[in-house]
Amino acid sequence: MTRELLKVLAFLEECLRFSPRSIVLTLISLVVVLALTWVLWIIFEGSASHLQTTFNPKSDNTESIHDLYMIVWVLSGFVMVGVLTLTMAFSLIFRERPGAPPAQQFHGNSRLEIIWTLIPIVIVVAIAIPSFQVILETEGDPPANSLEIVATGHQWWFEFEYPKENLITANELHIPVGQPVSIELRSDDVIHSFWIPQLVGKVDMVPGHNNHLWFTPYEPGEYYGQCAEYCGTSHANMRFRVIVETQEGYDAWVANQTNDALPAVGTEAQAGEKIATTLCAACHMIRGTSTNTAFAIKGPDLTHVGSRNHIAAVTMENNSENLAQWLKNPPGVKPGSRMPVLALSDEQISQLVAYLQELQ
Amino acid sequence: MATATTSMSQPHQKSGVWDWLTTVDHKKIGVLYGVSGFSFLLLGGIEALLIRTQLAVPNGTVLDAELYNQLFTMHALTMIFMAIMPMGASFFNYFIPLMIGARDVAFPRLNALSYWIFLSGALILTSSFIFGGAPDGGWFAYAPLSSEDYAVGRAMDFYTVGLVVLGLSSLMASLNFAVTIINMRAPGMTMMRLPVFMWMTIVVNFLLILSLPVITVALAQLYFDRNFATNFFSPAQGGDPILWQHLFWVFGHPEVYVLILPSMGIISEVLPVFSRKPLFGYAAIVFAGVAIAVLGFAVWSHHMFTTGLDTVPKIVFSASTMAIGVPTGIKIFNWLGTMYGGQIRFTTAMYFSVSFIALFTIGGISGVMHGSPPIDTQQQDTYFIVAHLHYVLFGGAIMGIFAGIYYWFPKMTGRFLNETLGKINFWLMFIGMNLTFFPMHFLGLSGMPRRVYTYDSGFGWDAWNMVATIGSYILAFGILIFLFNFFKTMRQEPTAGNNPWDGATLEWATSSPPPEHDFDVIPEVRDRDPLWYDRDNNIQQPEPPEENHIHLPPPSYMPLIMGFGVALIGIGALSHLAMTGLGVAVVIYSIWGWVLEPID
Repeated sequence: MTRELLKVLAFLEECLRFSPRSIVLTLISLVVVLALTWVLWIIFEGSASHLQTTFNPKSDNTESIHDLYMIVWVLSGFVMVGVLTLTMAFSLIFRERPGAPPAQQFHGNSRLEIIWTLIPIVIVVAIAIPSFQVILETEGDPPANSLEIVATGHQWWFEFEYPKENLITANELHIPVGQPVSIELRSDDVIHSFWIPQLVGKVDMVPGHNNHLWFTPYEPGEYYGQCAEYCGTSHANMRFRVIVETQEGYDAWVANQTNDALPAVGTEAQAGEKIATTLCAACHMIRGTSTNTAFAIKGPDLTHVGSRNHIAAVTMENNSENLAQWLKNPPGVKPGSRMPVLALSDEQISQLVAYLQELQ
Repeated sequence: MATATTSMSQPHQKSGVWDWLTTVDHKKIGVLYGVSGFSFLLLGGIEALLIRTQLAVPNGTVLDAELYNQLFTMHALTMIFMAIMPMGASFFNYFIPLMIGARDVAFPRLNALSYWIFLSGALILTSSFIFGGAPDGGWFAYAPLSSEDYAVGRAMDFYTVGLVVLGLSSLMASLNFAVTIINMRAPGMTMMRLPVFMWMTIVVNFLLILSLPVITVALAQLYFDRNFATNFFSPAQGGDPILWQHLFWVFGHPEVYVLILPSMGIISEVLPVFSRKPLFGYAAIVFAGVAIAVLGFAVWSHHMFTTGLDTVPKIVFSASTMAIGVPTGIKIFNWLGTMYGGQIRFTTAMYFSVSFIALFTIGGISGVMHGSPPIDTQQQDTYFIVAHLHYVLFGGAIMGIFAGIYYWFPKMTGRFLNETLGKINFWLMFIGMNLTFFPMHFLGLSGMPRRVYTYDSGFGWDAWNMVATIGSYILAFGILIFLFNFFKTMRQEPTAGNNPWDGATLEWATSSPPPEHDFDVIPEVRDRDPLWYDRDNNIQQPEPPEENHIHLPPPSYMPLIMGFGVALIGIGALSHLAMTGLGVAVVIYSIWGWVLEPID
């Protein structure tokens, strides 16, 4: 083995003519490439503070992925630095110039070729084995005490049902910290994808298939999710939030959400309630209102819409101005929206807004 | 009747529009493909600039959602099927006979037909913009978004029909080229003496022959789902959207190797010539190319890692995907080995080739990353993938194509593209490309999904999107410099001799541009680098005889007519089936004419 290595080195020395010039140019190339890599690393580390970053894991699932990522980044870094350095170094060292030696007419070198076949195999195996381990870790059956949720993708919003707790909501998912959550993924129309970069890697929501994922969040906070499979006109507008609560906060949230809708209080809101229960009820469920029954549910559950931080699948903050803008022209806010222009007067809109804001 | 003699008496007018419309000369057909492909490259580039302009700032208002979704779909379709593949076909057409020492391809009229069918398919697909809207389901057209329920109107039918026609063109050409390379090599040119570009060509042809039928079936099924109430891909009636994905990617993955292997072949020709030494590890490069193609059929589900595949298939496809990194790495090291110890002439073609090595490596590494399924759950459908694919397709395929253009321009036209302008062209493209696509790695890692017509500020995406847009404009400017260089050069007189670069392969053994019959005498091949061997051993090619009767295939109207018939069939599938009937009649007529016309 050593003899082979010595033969390779002898071959290299013969060709390279280890001149000071070659060494200097190689070092220059190495420094340039390393400097570039260092700059890239800094930028890349900076991205860990971004809202939807994949580099700030806050769950068991994303932490396993992150650890694997680190191995892969380091190995990839070596390969990249190696190839880029050699490319630059050879371009500088072997460019034609007055007095340069003639080109060496060799056709190959079996020993070198075997070495640089084996090294990539080793690198690739070093990436593959931990990858397979993480697959086994993060998939498979969820733990027994998991909170069960059914998430259904629609064009262009997310429906969340908690079967055991008997509640349905949309676009804002609340879960307790430290407890595994097992999510069944469905779709009502086209393929969507469920992705919360800090909490769980994405899995597609395929109509006709029920996919699953599970994870355990480590830290209370607000996390950003987005649909990650092109699903039509407003794919860009299909986002969601995950609020990881303390156990007390979660229990309180569940208790509130399972209540029926609060009856309207103000006069404006009461007028709005009338509109909602006749018009909006055609597509939206508002539990506990007089027309509570079997319409075809096409849009998000509005029973507690006032309690949500955002509307329109987290594309707008939940305030009266945005609510009014949405109600006036849903396709104007969300191109292609299934909710049509309802031709409401401004007065009707402000009544509806008043009512919806009371649905805490 | 057409015969060419070396005393240059030509019985026909060899110029004018009809010459180009009826030609069966592989060189002219190569030029047709090249000009068309480059024009569509410009169109695809405009589509890209519009996309980048919309994404330069958050909540941009340059394009509305519908138009944006059409543009990103068509950008991919244009670049893949109407730019890169035809430009590859252009080089295949021009150089296969020249590099193997033949006078034309095996089936010259079929060759012409491939071009006319390509043009029909490209025009059908592109015309969708003015006939109710271009396809907007992404180039991959996942079901059920592509079904008649969600993709209302004819746009997705333009997609199926356009791609079936384009696929037909590629399939014919592939069969033609494969037969040519296998059967028509000059005496002494064994398979292991074939230029690497020829090996990559034959591998690409086999990839296409085996994968195009799959996508054709899938497109037919989609057309039937949309128009004749079948239910292959509709879950509501028992179909499966995942079936579409499998069928699409069984074609789609080999397709990406179809896109990159020709450029890998081109730089395998350019690097040795300008390093002034033979290619390092010829056998390994050839076998690695074959291995990539074979393995390329075993990895398709890595595009489906997030669709809910079971654990075992995920592990298997991940293993095969990682495995493909090995032959690719071998090629990279062999190209570096070719530069090593050389005396390198940095012509523009060499700049493009060396940049391929660096840029393709970056793209390859990011690809291996998403070959790991857990990492893919964070990278899939984000800008990280957009970064990867543009590094391999732009930094790889396009840079390789430009290397080929600068290298072979003197052979094809007798003129040299200006080197100063060429270097400006190169640096603008290189800098522009890196500014556009490197930041996309950061965008993906910061959670920006792809195929979004806009995004909100506050996510850390604003600055990089702006940088990427600026980069795309720099890149576009570089392409404009190339166009200026091209038109300026074509106005000059041809000055190139047979072998201005001191190349090793047979295309350099004839004049620049070659005569219609390519070679006065079919060369005899003694070595893998025939011209270097003959030069070093003082071997002269024999003189052509006094009376040199070379029989060339005559021009023909039939490929043009049949191409028109196929176009009518396609148009009929989009409008009235009566038109399809007319198209079939035209095709039948042209078959009759084809079979009966004299070829002597």
